[in-house]
Amino acid sequence: MSPQEAPGLTANLLIDLSLLTLLVFVALAMLRSRHLFAVVMLSGVYSLLSASFFVSLDAVDVAFTEAAVGAGISTVLMLAGMLLTARREKPARPRRAPVALLAVAAVGTALIYASLDMPAFGDPDSPANAGVGRDYLERTPKEIAVPNVVTAVLASYRGFDTLGEVMVIFTAGVAVILLLGAGSARGGRAVTDAEEDA
Amino acid sequence: MTMFAVAAAAIIAAMTLAIVRAVAGPTLYDRVLAGNSFGTKTVLLIGVMGYLTGRPDFLDIALLYALLNFAATIAILKFFRYRTLSVAMTGAEADRPRFEEAPEEERAAR
Repeated sequence: MSPQEAPGLTANLLIDLSLLTLLVFVALAMLRSRHLFAVVMLSGVYSLLSASFFVSLDAVDVAFTEAAVGAGISTVLMLAGMLLTARREKPARPRRAPVALLAVAAVGTALIYASLDMPAFGDPDSPANAGVGRDYLERTPKEIAVPNVVTAVLASYRGFDTLGEVMVIFTAGVAVILLLGAGSARGGRAVTDAEEDA
Repeated sequence: MTMFAVAAAAIIAAMTLAIVRAVAGPTLYDRVLAGNSFGTKTVLLIGVMGYLTGRPDFLDIALLYALLNFAATIAILKFFRYRTLSVAMTGAEADRPRFEEAPEEERAAR
């Protein structure tokens, strides 16, 4: 790594830190807010923030999925759900659950302890980078000539796999549309029981 | 490089302000606007981050985010007003909001 890149990396670290701080802030605000529309908008903001964080981690495809699903579709879905119910959440009585807190703390500690054994970021000898990963990294510039290796793997090396995934998602989407709103999608009206029997 | 770092800091400050408006915003439209402007700040931040790390390839992705943000805001506003996405936005219905801010008790009673 050349010394010229160092200030950019420090700035990137600062951006990551501020993005994560904002994420925590938004999550706390969502927990505390009783105004459901604010929660819906904040969840869109939350997923845009995590998308920026993913871009900063170079996971561009994950970031775009997060933005499209989290900020786009989920917001509209949650808005649709909210319009079916009340606009405000009923105030819940605070309940203490020490056993649950203890269990969460224990699992969190175990996970942090397990993460200490993980290989360092970008370690060339880690299991993820040593085998097939290195092969992809070496072949992609020659064979595919796409700057992003993940894109090359998804769209070229595993193209048929991705095509199958797209088919599955398309089928699921068609099924959901048929179940939920085929009538309203045609601009039709509700079918009464009598019409259905006839 | 310093210029991009300062720009990123300014964009993050603007993001914070948009979040504050989304949390505090008294009306619904404040919150929609806060969400929309937050999306715009995300586009800008991704662009600046690309130049900061010396890889401006991410600009295409920032453009896609801009399109997505626009479509999502239209969808939210349309859904908010008509309670469905499949209504044409013209005609007599366009001037009559179906979903007002006030009658919360009325909805609860239903």
